[in-house]
Amino acid sequence: MLSYALRRLIIGVLVMFVVSGITFTLTNAAIDPARAIAGEGATSDDVEAIRKSYGFDRPLAARYVAWLGQALQGDLGSSYRQRRPVVDVIMERLPVTLKLGGLALAFALVLSIPLAIAAALRPNSWIDRIALLFALFGQAMPTFWFALLGIVVFSVNLRWLPASGSGTTAHFILPAIALGYYAAPTLMRLMRAGMIDVLASDYIRTARAKGLSEARVVLKHALRNAVLPVVSVAAVQFGFMLGGSVVIETIFAMQGVGYLAWESISLSDLPVTQAIVLMISLIYIVLTLSADLLNAWLDPRIRIG
Amino acid sequence: MTATITGPTDAVAARRWRLPAALRHGSLVIGGTILLLIVAAALFAPLITWHDPYAQNIVARRVPPIWYGWFWDHPKATWTHPLGTDKLGRDYWTRLVYGARISLLIGTATTIMSGLIGTTLGMAAGYFGRKVDLVVSFLVTTRLAMPVVLVALAVVAKQGSSLVVVILVLGSLLWDRFAVVMRSVTQQARSRDYVTAAQALGCSTPRILIGEILPNVANPLIVIATVEMANAILFEAALSFLGLGVQPPLPSWGLMLAEAKEDIFFSPWMITIPGLGLFALILAINLVGDGLRDASVSRGRA
Amino acid sequence: MTALLEVDDLHVRIPTPAGELHAVRGISLSVRRGETLCIVGESGCGKSLTSLAIMGLLPREARRSAARLAFDGVDLAGGSRRAIAGLRGNRMAMIFQDPMTSLNPAFTIGDQLVETMLAHRKVGRAAAVDRAVHLLERVGIAAAAARLGQYPHQLSGGLRQRVMIAMALMCGPDLIIADEPTTALDVTIQAQILRLLRDLQAELGIAILLITHDLGVVARVADRIGVMYAGEMVEEGAVGAVFERPSHPYTRALLGCIPIPGRTPRRSPLGAIPGIVPSLVGTIQGCAFAGRCTHAHEACAGTIPVRTLGAGHRSRCTLAPDTFEAAARTASLGAIGR
Repeated sequence: MLSYALRRLIIGVLVMFVVSGITFTLTNAAIDPARAIAGEGATSDDVEAIRKSYGFDRPLAARYVAWLGQALQGDLGSSYRQRRPVVDVIMERLPVTLKLGGLALAFALVLSIPLAIAAALRPNSWIDRIALLFALFGQAMPTFWFALLGIVVFSVNLRWLPASGSGTTAHFILPAIALGYYAAPTLMRLMRAGMIDVLASDYIRTARAKGLSEARVVLKHALRNAVLPVVSVAAVQFGFMLGGSVVIETIFAMQGVGYLAWESISLSDLPVTQAIVLMISLIYIVLTLSADLLNAWLDPRIRIG
Repeated sequence: MTATITGPTDAVAARRWRLPAALRHGSLVIGGTILLLIVAAALFAPLITWHDPYAQNIVARRVPPIWYGWFWDHPKATWTHPLGTDKLGRDYWTRLVYGARISLLIGTATTIMSGLIGTTLGMAAGYFGRKVDLVVSFLVTTRLAMPVVLVALAVVAKQGSSLVVVILVLGSLLWDRFAVVMRSVTQQARSRDYVTAAQALGCSTPRILIGEILPNVANPLIVIATVEMANAILFEAALSFLGLGVQPPLPSWGLMLAEAKEDIFFSPWMITIPGLGLFALILAINLVGDGLRDASVSRGRA
Repeated sequence: MTALLEVDDLHVRIPTPAGELHAVRGISLSVRRGETLCIVGESGCGKSLTSLAIMGLLPREARRSAARLAFDGVDLAGGSRRAIAGLRGNRMAMIFQDPMTSLNPAFTIGDQLVETMLAHRKVGRAAAVDRAVHLLERVGIAAAAARLGQYPHQLSGGLRQRVMIAMALMCGPDLIIADEPTTALDVTIQAQILRLLRDLQAELGIAILLITHDLGVVARVADRIGVMYAGEMVEEGAVGAVFERPSHPYTRALLGCIPIPGRTPRRSPLGAIPGIVPSLVGTIQGCAFAGRCTHAHEACAGTIPVRTLGAGHRSRCTLAPDTFEAAARTASLGAIGR
């Protein structure tokens, strides 16, 4: 178990290095930092002067090493636009995005897990058909269109929920549903398939033979085994949701990291863009790593090798 | 007592075994029909539309679709513009049909590119194993750790984002699923007898990979291709919606949605129509994919 | 005294794409308190489905019907789900064929043992744990208390089957249904498990319904035997009577397949039953074994009578057992003559 965790950790760190290199190269190719700092009205002489004084004329590799050295000490540079440390700018926005992602994941799980269990208990029944339809619709529904329809129905027509901002929890309802509904079908299909397999297993027959209540058979004996693969995928989905929050936060004008990313890309704010891509990668790696460890811990066959 | 007692499921039991087969067949038929209709509309766009998708008309802006005339007697809703016009007075039906061309083009081109990358990596990992496998696994993990939308946005921001750039960016990002699936099916295929036989006959490695293994892993490849095609179309729409994908005045559905966003309060049909187009296309592709997967699974069992 | 388990005219039907599989075709049997009834037959003869049907554990799509299906007077077919669940694992317990897959990999042995008791008895956890330790020791597991915290994958197959037996005993059942309990185990372990079952029965007076394809097992533990073929019971009776005077041609063929030290001549070919089991989809006219029977004649296509040959010894055949004796004598005389 320990060596497994260690190996995964090393791979995670390596991935982080590669991702940071790619991100640095891509963003530096995409955004000319000197021009971005100089602003739109600057002459080419001004831009060259800035390029020299900031050291942007050095080779990319040299700049990457310097940037990485600072990043490892927790210094990700300063935002060109806000003239503040990037870390501060992001940390200010992170809670909104984490809350959005968390609510979206919760919504996806609450919707998909019970539906999947009900569908798996009676394959090909009407509830199974509904689950299938729900999955097909969810997968075909573009997140941002679903969000816009939500605004039309619940904000414009019914006036139940706010259409933009992130001040109160009510502001999070529509975005979280829009973001969560896209992840739900994957979780639902996985859970349903796993549950059908597990319910057909010998140990479920044993549990029934022991005279346990059906609820106990399903919710204890079957669920515990069927939920294992869902744990990893839910973590991956959460990572994707943070990436997908760009679209949703932009639509709802939520003051989160996703909206910040869109702003900084549009405004060529290089350090912030870099930092956000890195942070989302880091969260993804940490999430998958901890999901795998949680999985290993939940499965005694891996935990006690 | 001799009353006969039966289990709880007898009434449905007899039907149960046939319905799924019909349903499976159904998903392929329904999905295929919708997909064919959309492809035909895109191909024959000039024949089924009667406006220029780029022609603006100041006097006919925000004309509502024809059903506004049927139900609410809206005077402007006529057959001239069956789905109405946008804020620049461009015919919505025409733009919708031409928009299908963009979605299909992006979906196909991206899938071919990402499919080539992912299949090559996956087959190499599955066939050679060991170090190649380790390297490919590492690449897949790295790729998955990078947020697609953000990376695409960052790249597209500088390149001035055009159709080609969007295809190149998405094509070089969406190969992970191809690689993962192709790796595992190649692993299975390479231990089969026909591969061992080919190896024993001294066939070259590329010949074994392309001649022996590829035809035998074609089914999962096609299924993944449908999934990734749907994905690419959704990503293009999202990028265009954010203003960093296909650029105006091209009639991309994502772009149409972005342009309609400000009219959401007074002309909600403007966001409904292109969204429905996207929804129908993605649904059709997914249905075809599901149908193909189920068909290949049941054939594999038989 | 009425029997503990009464089964009359039990049918199990399973819909398949090819048509309805009529897997169990009117089985009747009874098990008295404290006795062991063995059901033998080839794989696919419906013996396992019979046991699952009694426990109410058939696969979802299978249909069960019976004229009577009762445990200690409680109707198992028409009774409430609650009442039946209350019997299962409590007064009638089951042991399955494959101990490797029959225990839940996600929970400890202790947890799985204890929950059986907690589901049926109003006892505290501590009392249930004590009982689990006691029973693990009783089924021959050393360091029982330490085993409680272990997971199934940490135990060998033989140990797991002992755990399954202890689990079946948790509530002190009146009947244990054991479906091929030793088939998946090594030969030496098989013998140990069988001895354990026999000892437990003698000690606790439990009735056992044992499903097996192994006549060696039957000879060791059975009081009575039922021979199944193609979903029907073709012969049943006290084990001595059936082994001494097998009356149905199928039983005779089955017994001919096992060599008996001292009786079977060296190098003589072991018996094999020619032909294949008929398809159980649809109806079978007359005797299901007729196609493979060396004694088949016209009457075998009609209704087959059940002959009573002695106390509780019945056979489902058109011919009287004497006919075979005569035929067998002729055959062996012929063999000598050659």
